[in-house]
Amino acid sequence: MVDASRSYEPGTHPDLPPPLAVRGPILWMRKNLFGSPLNVILTLVSLYLLYLIVPGILNWAVFDAVFVAGSREECREIDSGACWALANVRFGQFIYGFYPVSERWRIDLTAVLFLLALLPLLWDRTPYRRQWFIYSGLFPLVAFFLLVGGFGLDRVETTRIGGFTLNVVIGVTGIVASLPLGILLALGRRSHMPIVRTLCVMFIEFIRGVPLITLLFVASTMLNYFLPPGTTFDLILRVLIMVTLFSSAYIAEVVRGGLQAIPKGQTEAADAMGLGYWQSMRLIVLPQALKISIPGIVNTFVGLFKDTTLVVIIGLTDVLGVGRASLADSKWQGLAWEVYVFIAILFFVCCFSMARYSIYLEKKLHTGHKR
Amino acid sequence: MSDAAAANLSVSDEVAIQIIGMHKWYGDFHVLKDINLTVNRGERIVVCGPSGSGKSTMIRCINRLEEHQKGRIIVDDIELTHDVKNIAEIRREVGMVFQHFNLFPHLTVLENCTLAPIWVRRLPKKEADDIAMHYLERVKIPEQALKYPGQLSGGQQQRVAIARSLCMSPKIMLFDEPTSALDPEMISEVLDVMVNLAESGMTMLCVTHEMGFARKVANRVIFMDGGEIIEENEPEEFFHNPQSARTKLFLSQILHH
Repeated sequence: MVDASRSYEPGTHPDLPPPLAVRGPILWMRKNLFGSPLNVILTLVSLYLLYLIVPGILNWAVFDAVFVAGSREECREIDSGACWALANVRFGQFIYGFYPVSERWRIDLTAVLFLLALLPLLWDRTPYRRQWFIYSGLFPLVAFFLLVGGFGLDRVETTRIGGFTLNVVIGVTGIVASLPLGILLALGRRSHMPIVRTLCVMFIEFIRGVPLITLLFVASTMLNYFLPPGTTFDLILRVLIMVTLFSSAYIAEVVRGGLQAIPKGQTEAADAMGLGYWQSMRLIVLPQALKISIPGIVNTFVGLFKDTTLVVIIGLTDVLGVGRASLADSKWQGLAWEVYVFIAILFFVCCFSMARYSIYLEKKLHTGHKR
Repeated sequence: MSDAAAANLSVSDEVAIQIIGMHKWYGDFHVLKDINLTVNRGERIVVCGPSGSGKSTMIRCINRLEEHQKGRIIVDDIELTHDVKNIAEIRREVGMVFQHFNLFPHLTVLENCTLAPIWVRRLPKKEADDIAMHYLERVKIPEQALKYPGQLSGGQQQRVAIARSLCMSPKIMLFDEPTSALDPEMISEVLDVMVNLAESGMTMLCVTHEMGFARKVANRVIFMDGGEIIEENEPEEFFHNPQSARTKLFLSQILHH
């Protein structure tokens, strides 16, 4: 018997568009902002708070701010807001530290070359990607000679590398070197060979159990006791090594989490097909494990990048060091807000870009439904 | 294909797999007890038995996914020892299909199929692609080649898994409950592929409860329980005239419900 209330014969029902009420901005607002009485109240309270706070911040940071002035006194005479003139005047120092002014172009060039070296790594549709990778591999050497000198360039003492440049140098080196090291440590920790496993566990647990500051102090002072007298071992190089080791221990644990999430069947299938250990890791397990670990890895990198400011404690003048130095200048005294907000913005731009890139990467690597 | 035709499939006298007095323990637990089995080239053997009887463990020993502790396993004239070279050589000749497919989710169907030929057999990519497409056509899903496994149904995934194994041109195929994780509607499409493979003369060792499949293509059925081979017979005899009480009980439970 055919049910009279049916509008279509069984098996002939077409795909219909969804009703209007499940789409559109008005629905979105009703659902997210005014869904229930509590929601309405929260929305209104939030709007009121924004009304109180935002104009004040905007006035201080933009509308009443002074961008060009010779000293704090001049700033105050002109307007009541933030005195960005300080950042303006000291901009070079914030970025380049005490690098010789005539040589600053070398840092600019390194930065441009760095972005170019990054391109094939970050974007898989770079033309001639394979050849470009060779350049990316050579970039650290190029950067070293550009920053330190040699091959006809004047030598610059590494202690003169400072400001935000120093943070970027330490951060980027740490990030680039700690990822492969961390992956090896993670694999070692899951190895069936007891000696390899024990060594990796000891290394990871030791490094994780010690504050970075302690390691930096070890780098700056104690290494001299252990090394034969007369050997000079560049302070920044020591810091680079310590920072790399430190973050590699964290990366190792993040990657280990990813490795453990990969079902055993994946390695079994690879084994059954005759792939060797390194092949199955490189082709099957790591691509999946690293994809899962992206949020954790980026989290560690962001943390590492911000931790580079700790070097100010062992006497290197990174961007924070320059900031403190400029606060001590009698002409600009009392502008702590402006200095630290400026530094915060520098870091935020870098860290936020990393976060956005990781989201892009996760979306790109997503392949169909999860089982 | 009739039962008579199945019996006519050629079985050579050459030995493909020989298991002699094999034992295996998980810690203190004695999983496999004195397994003796000879599989000739071209034979199709179905292994059944209750869960926990050691049937999966047994076939996983053949390509060293599990290690046996006593006895000998000889595959294709190569003895399975701790020698890594022997293990690699055996794995190249033995294909395996798993209950949960174990396709690589980050690679397309085509890449799943070409991975081992490229990295293990060192074939050029073009050639590996051609072979992969050939086998994907044989399992009737060439049009899915560029999709990811996550976009396919279970039956399709299992057929890809079979094609992936075949791309290594194995001499022996092991099936570890290939249809147990599938929806009822999809079982037959996988079994069809397996029957087709049996007809082509492949040496097959299948752990499965698909008794229809066993009747159709197997020339021997093995019943395992408690880590031992209880009974071993031709399908007709096995189903109609089981010898041991344990086999009778098992058959009555899986055939009449």
